Amino acid sequence: MALGVNIEIAKTHLLAKKRQTFVAMLGVTFGIGMYILMIGFMTGFNEFLEDTLLSSTPDVRIYNDIKTDYSHMLVNDFIDSTKEIAVVHHPRPKDINPNIKNANEIMSDLKRDKRVASVAPQLSTQVFYNNGPVQINGTLSGVNIIEEAKLSGLVDKMKTGKIENLLTQDNGILLGQGLANTLNVRIGDMVMLTSPKGTSMRFRVVGTFQFGMGAVDKIRSYVSVSKVQQLLGKDNQYITDIGLKLKDYNTSKAVAQEFSAKYGYKCDDWETSNSSAMASILIRNVMTIVVSLTLLLVAGFGIYNIMSMTIQNKLKDIAILKAQGFAGKDIRQIFLTESVIIGFLGATTGLMLGYALSTLVFNLPFPKSDMIAITHYPVTFHWYHYAFGLGFGMVTTFFAGLIPAMNASKVDPVVILRG
Amino acid sequence: MEDTVLKAKQLTKYFYEPEKFQVLKQIDLEVKRGEFLSIVGKSGCGKSTLLYLLSTLDTDYEGEIDISGQRVTGLSQNELARFRNAHIGFVFQFHFLLPEFTALKNVMIPAQKLGKYSMSEIEDRAYTKLKQLDMHEYATKLTSKLSGGQQQRVAIARALINDPAIIMGDEPTGNLDSNNTKNVFEIFRELTSVQNQTIIAVTHDEEFAQNSDRVIEMKDGAIIGMTKKGIKV
Repeated sequence: MALGVNIEIAKTHLLAKKRQTFVAMLGVTFGIGMYILMIGFMTGFNEFLEDTLLSSTPDVRIYNDIKTDYSHMLVNDFIDSTKEIAVVHHPRPKDINPNIKNANEIMSDLKRDKRVASVAPQLSTQVFYNNGPVQINGTLSGVNIIEEAKLSGLVDKMKTGKIENLLTQDNGILLGQGLANTLNVRIGDMVMLTSPKGTSMRFRVVGTFQFGMGAVDKIRSYVSVSKVQQLLGKDNQYITDIGLKLKDYNTSKAVAQEFSAKYGYKCDDWETSNSSAMASILIRNVMTIVVSLTLLLVAGFGIYNIMSMTIQNKLKDIAILKAQGFAGKDIRQIFLTESVIIGFLGATTGLMLGYALSTLVFNLPFPKSDMIAITHYPVTFHWYHYAFGLGFGMVTTFFAGLIPAMNASKVDPVVILRG
Repeated sequence: MEDTVLKAKQLTKYFYEPEKFQVLKQIDLEVKRGEFLSIVGKSGCGKSTLLYLLSTLDTDYEGEIDISGQRVTGLSQNELARFRNAHIGFVFQFHFLLPEFTALKNVMIPAQKLGKYSMSEIEDRAYTKLKQLDMHEYATKLTSKLSGGQQQRVAIARALINDPAIIMGDEPTGNLDSNNTKNVFEIFRELTSVQNQTIIAVTHDEEFAQNSDRVIEMKDGAIIGMTKKGIKV
């Protein structure tokens, strides 16, 4: 009963000053609305970027990192190293093959590992794409296209042609869309590739793909492994990379470290491979949180101001309520209820505003570009962002209202009533 | 029914601002049920201060106060709030109604706080009190729309809603014209004689004071004289 009358008084106060209530509410509404828009937009962009990175890099990549170990030198065979010291300027490695020596064994071992979803061998090399007299620098990946597709989601990234064409066409090649544009070729056309060793081969374009990252789409192409081995003049065991897809890509880091120790080859997880992009994702996240919290705090100060002013105007009412038997805690409850109601209304309308703005941005067409393969702005609609917005809005207004309400509860009625 | 409703013993109070000053000097006072008591005196004599001590709003004093047989000295602020709610009604010079509420609601709020009756009973009682003061026609009006005399009558109805043992008035007629003053006085008179309510009022109004049951005259923080029904005692 007593609680009821406190809430009734709070409600009457709010309704009596509708404009003031509305303005206080708008502060929270805009704060929460902007928070929802920002966090949705930022995480949308981050998720899009993460997705693109994940599809163009394997979760874990095993490769032979060329080490320059010069502890064994021919010169030691010709001198007595206990008496003389030989200093060799500018040493060079001799005949190092960047391949993985026991690739087949490693791969069959990996296939038995429960955490690994798929294993794809790869043979990468630098090549020149010949466009008339002009040579374009790029990378050629020799792959088992079926395994590779499982790794990178290449199927979804195909612009023209199908990945299976690589199996049916003897000397087929899949080109990045950007590369195909530069070379001015389409399906059925021939391209001439030159290896670093000077050997050349001709391939027929059977498809083009677009990952949405210019850096990849402008240089990369896929052929079958045996063709690259042929181009380089290597045997059919010659593999430089093993790409892994894990069942849970979040475990990449730990798994990469474990495999590195187990097989003795360098293992990079996707986060390490894309560390600069990951850093920018982190920075964007921090920025989003800082800006959002600032917006909400400003809304909180707005409520603090309005509640303080309201209480100044209501000193007489507070005194008379106290004289009539309302205790300090009742007064506190009345004014706290007011700010919590403002907070709740502001936060819910803020969520709606945020949702509306997010939907609007989501439907905006993204400027068309060869570099990034999206048609509209990426925006996420995660329920937990909305829950947090509501929660934080309520908490901020609670504390913003608490201080004025505490002050109100301490008003000495005698001072006010005596004038 | 000559039982004592309020008893004050050795009430002493100091003001500390701007410098230490004794406002009340060991005041003893007893008030009987159904008595209409006026406190008079010049400004600064301490009569209002005494009233606020007796009404339990001011707790910074030395001495003891009992109301309706209960010692109120030393109770916590929350306990005092509950006590005031049930046992004391207030009428002030400036009516002090809540402007956002209707007359009826203003009368109902202390009863809702008390929580002794159901909502519909409270509404009935509030309406009855307003009718008793001839204000029932204005029950649904916002109090900010009423005249000064009307507001004061609503304030009296509000003071009566919980059937308090004592009604405290701080210049209850101070802001009213002679006609309304007469009205309010008659209401008080009726409350004490018919309903056996106790009224303690601080006033400047000579006529108002002379017509009450007992007049206490104060000077420099002490009671210097007492008049009962026009006879000095």
